[in-house]
Amino acid sequence: MSIIVDKDTKVVVQGMTGNEGRFHTAAMLRYGTKIVAGVTPGKGGQEVEGLPVYNKVEEAVGNHGADTSIMFVPARFAKSGVLEAIDAGIKTVVVITEGIPQNDEIEFIAKASKKDEVIIIGPNTPGVINPSNRMHVGVMPVHVFSPGTVGMASRSGTLTYEIAWHISNAGLGQSTCAGLGGDPIVGLDFIKLLEMFKDDEETKGVVLIGEIGGNAEEMAAKYISETNYPKPVVAYIAGRSAPPGKRMGHAGAIIMGSAGTAKSKIDAFTAAGVPVAEKPSDIAKLLKV
Amino acid sequence: MKLFEFEAKNILREYGIAVPEGNVAHNSGEAEAVAREIGKPVVLKSQILVSGRGKAGGIIPVGDAAEAKNTASKLIGSTIKDIVVESLLVEEKLDIVEQLYASVTVDREAKAYVVLTSTSGGVDIEEVARTSPDKISRHWVDPTSGLSELEAIKIISRFNINKDDAAKFASVINTLYKVATDYDAELVEINPLAKTPLGEFVAADARIIIDDNAIFRHPEFAGRSLQREEDTPREAEARKQNLAYVDLDGDIGIIGNGAGLVMATLDLVQVFGGRPANFLDIGGGAQVEIIKNGVMLVMSKPEVKAVLINILGGITRCDLVAQGVVEGLKESSVKKPIAVRMMGTNEKEGEDILRQAGIGSYPNMEEAAEAVLKL
Repeated sequence: MSIIVDKDTKVVVQGMTGNEGRFHTAAMLRYGTKIVAGVTPGKGGQEVEGLPVYNKVEEAVGNHGADTSIMFVPARFAKSGVLEAIDAGIKTVVVITEGIPQNDEIEFIAKASKKDEVIIIGPNTPGVINPSNRMHVGVMPVHVFSPGTVGMASRSGTLTYEIAWHISNAGLGQSTCAGLGGDPIVGLDFIKLLEMFKDDEETKGVVLIGEIGGNAEEMAAKYISETNYPKPVVAYIAGRSAPPGKRMGHAGAIIMGSAGTAKSKIDAFTAAGVPVAEKPSDIAKLLKV
Repeated sequence: MKLFEFEAKNILREYGIAVPEGNVAHNSGEAEAVAREIGKPVVLKSQILVSGRGKAGGIIPVGDAAEAKNTASKLIGSTIKDIVVESLLVEEKLDIVEQLYASVTVDREAKAYVVLTSTSGGVDIEEVARTSPDKISRHWVDPTSGLSELEAIKIISRFNINKDDAAKFASVINTLYKVATDYDAELVEINPLAKTPLGEFVAADARIIIDDNAIFRHPEFAGRSLQREEDTPREAEARKQNLAYVDLDGDIGIIGNGAGLVMATLDLVQVFGGRPANFLDIGGGAQVEIIKNGVMLVMSKPEVKAVLINILGGITRCDLVAQGVVEGLKESSVKKPIAVRMMGTNEKEGEDILRQAGIGSYPNMEEAAEAVLKL
């Protein structure tokens, strides 16, 4: 058993015929990911890596049973791409695309949560990987990961790889690692992932990688404390040395209060009994699994 | 992208929200003409994009057209909060009996627009939010159904105001939500929303920030540079080259790929007792040219004593990074020591390139961060 993706996951690549789509389709296939088809409107009938390309997601779902989509669609078409995937019955949409308007993100994330809890990962995510099942739906450098017991949730891209590498070197490895995405508005968040990791037999401990801005970390800390979270959690916060950010208008300050600074996040985790690592290499040492 | 006050007010006016009578002036003659046309006391408001311009002397009330001319000639070209004033909004001076507050902004955690309203508007609204949060109403809008008139009236019903005012206030927030979604705004704010002696609700000041990612849907703003007034000269230069760069006040130059990794690198330098001079994220899949430009930009900062480069290759290729570093160093007029940490795609090829150029490379970021402080 594993979360989000497992050995039976059947992937459709939206935007498969573009440069990025082709490159990462090949990389995912090499790792072992079961990709069943691609979709690019107007390119139906072509093939990439020997896989059929369709005009519509529903064809990939109907003909091949695709249940998970990874999107390399340009930002301005991303909303319709995600909505199409949701309508076609896709259960998990991994949105790699960056630069999508927030207004669009708000709309498709709301739609996904209303329709049978479709999971949206990202936008602007490096994806999700489950090393023991050789299942990678994303753009991550897979060699830093190894099968193991640590569930990783991260707001960052390359920093995730850095920390995964340390965790692999420490002999722990990862159960599932998911990038939440670098945009202010993302679908899957720390709390939803913590809930999944809680019930996941593969996961013995959790690493949360946060950064300054927003209050996702503060909310995660609150959740861990309130639920008396049953598995050990360690956090890392990037941006301790950053000067206070430039903010916008009064409204941001009103809804955020003092949240968003590294200090606020570190204090919140500390109060919830979650150790916060000072350096990426300290994380594995702090995790008591 | 922040809009100027006059642009925000033009949008609000189009959507039916009352704004003070006024117009933009680029010189004292225009200011005089606008003031004469209004024919009563006016306010000269510097059109700059930073907040706090009132307290900094950027907003000046005047009695008549002659005074408007005289004051405008001093205000235009002057510097308010380090920004040169190029234009003024010349507006009728409002009689205000009450100051309200209304805004629609994106709440990232709720993944929705939130409507903020208060009957305690004005410059101290943030203080109100801190000390008496109950004086501010927060209403999250369901993105799938939008904001209905009934909901807007419900939001206002918690305030102790008469029915007539409540209807006007509700209508304003309905309109603000429409503006926010139509313009892909991160923020639409009226503060204060002024109630006049005649009972009219007028947007005395307004702010709109459009999501930079949505500019393609608003071509009327597309030609405008995304440069920000608060940018330092080096930040402005970086923005032109599409580099994510922030000046800091230390002496160790920092370059990396991915915002989180670059921040972690800054933090590490600080843990080891150093002080970062900047933040530079070359992004994913950077080509030689971008890295070269980044190295030159950081090297050119006089305060920088040494440069730390931290690359985790995935879609970014270490050999291209190494090539960019070597070229950047070669073309920099002032050369400073560099420590590079590279891992991932084409790591060996990259190391070879660096070794031939005599640049030190390290297998992990902690060693590199410690090393750069000794250079």
